[in-house]
Amino acid sequence: MRKIQCDVAVVGAGPAGLAAAGRAKAAGAGRVLLIDRDRELGGILQQCIHNGFGLHLFGEELTGPEYAHKFIAENQEAGVEVLLNTMVLQVRPDRHLYAMNRREGMLDIAAGAVVLAMGCRERNRGAVTIPGTRPAGVITAGTAQRFVNMEGFMPGRHIVILGSGDIGLIMARRFTWEGAKVEGVFEIMPYTNGLTRNVVQCLHDYDIPLHLNHTVVEIHGRERVEAVTVAKVDEKLQPIPGTERRIPCDTLLLSVGLIPENELSRDARIELDPVTGGPVVSDEMETSLPGIFACGNVVHVHDLVDNVTRESRLAGEGAARLVQGRQPGGPVLATRAGEGVRYVVPHRLHLANLAERETTLYMRVREPAEHVRIEASVGGERVLSVRERVVRPAEMVSVKLPPGSLPADCTGTELTLSVVKEGERA
Amino acid sequence: MTKERKLTCIVCPVGCGIKLTYDADRREILSVTGNQCKRGAAYAADEVFAPKRVLTTTVRVEDGFLPVVPVRTAQPIPKEKIWDALKELAALQIKAPVAYHQVICPDVAGTGVAVIAERPLPAETEEKAG
Repeated sequence: MRKIQCDVAVVGAGPAGLAAAGRAKAAGAGRVLLIDRDRELGGILQQCIHNGFGLHLFGEELTGPEYAHKFIAENQEAGVEVLLNTMVLQVRPDRHLYAMNRREGMLDIAAGAVVLAMGCRERNRGAVTIPGTRPAGVITAGTAQRFVNMEGFMPGRHIVILGSGDIGLIMARRFTWEGAKVEGVFEIMPYTNGLTRNVVQCLHDYDIPLHLNHTVVEIHGRERVEAVTVAKVDEKLQPIPGTERRIPCDTLLLSVGLIPENELSRDARIELDPVTGGPVVSDEMETSLPGIFACGNVVHVHDLVDNVTRESRLAGEGAARLVQGRQPGGPVLATRAGEGVRYVVPHRLHLANLAERETTLYMRVREPAEHVRIEASVGGERVLSVRERVVRPAEMVSVKLPPGSLPADCTGTELTLSVVKEGERA
Repeated sequence: MTKERKLTCIVCPVGCGIKLTYDADRREILSVTGNQCKRGAAYAADEVFAPKRVLTTTVRVEDGFLPVVPVRTAQPIPKEKIWDALKELAALQIKAPVAYHQVICPDVAGTGVAVIAERPLPAETEEKAG
């Protein structure tokens, strides 16, 4: 078995892995190894051929492949080593990775620090349990995206979309452009799960109806999907009898959410957050296992790649600091999701970092609301209050804590983020 | 002639529902309501009189690492030209290798806008999947 020694090993070469590897190298780590099971770098970005990436980070609207290209070039210049077509099978707590590929068989990789950047997977039919037969033609939106944009073929001609996630919205337009007929998007919630600009530019532009409070209650067809039955749902998300409608189609596209891909983390017994489905991380993006970091969609599902890059650069820097013995020590403060907040990442903040640098907290709200304030409090004392005109579950909220904004003595307390209606107190 | 339009503003995450009336012949906005800021009014005017979009699609590639290469218009093109542009690009087939930002079509659908490759695409190699 070939043995490889490196300072930082990064698992997954999508946007998170690319940014973490590049930053680790730039921050002074010696040998940085970027490992991916695919045959090229870039991960999901290579199939996201639409524009809108990088608006926050670069001030321009790049496409997915262009965004990837910037980071691939940066990593190449920095001297990040790449191992493609290689599957990581196990991450051990002592920072040994077992991996394999066709050329060399098994590999034993000993790393000073490991960055987990495996991304996420789509929820599929099993995850949403739709009754009916099991014909061909039920496919997740991201898989369809890869077929159309990279493999060059159309998985169907007459399409119904369940769920209003961004990939589903993007694919509604993409299918329309390729000559398919998209009957409509059916969303069980009373609000969309996608970004507003996608609803406007992908659905409104092409007169594709969005049916909120609707779901698919049955799939019809033996060999191939022939139709689906949709129905309205009540406040408890239960189908309302008498509202069923049969829609002929040959394909049902599922865009019903994403799940962080944490088989390796779970196997290594890394502590996971039951709400995000990803590792519990510090502000260095370090997991519960020392020297093992995580970033991007493997930690929590992001809606903007720019935020993935920002978070992953922190992980790369954290990994570089660790291998150089520059990691911050001292007490940490836990974060907590308060009223109206579903989760907060990161979960632990080093007081030493809080004193010295700006810290960004990412959170998702539980439900849409207008004219609110996001409040951060430590030990019952308000330390920050930010006004937001509108918040939605589909759009991640970030809160920046300026350096030194917390009371000096907050050891043993928690930092709570809450959504407060304008005019009320937390 | 006075016309009416309803739009959802996409300038920021608020997503205001904007209602406007305009004179189609004189290309003049008569009234805008529902927007919470000035940027919404400007967006609405553009959307009514000169809507533009960046078109992103794929073009067939011969002997490529992938059978298609993603392409985009170098600038936004008038929205009403999108179907013509799609048809024109669907008829093309280029040869691998393709360079990053290589011009695939210098002037798509008479818009004067070029279509460029979104990524480099090497020629097909022996080793495919691992």
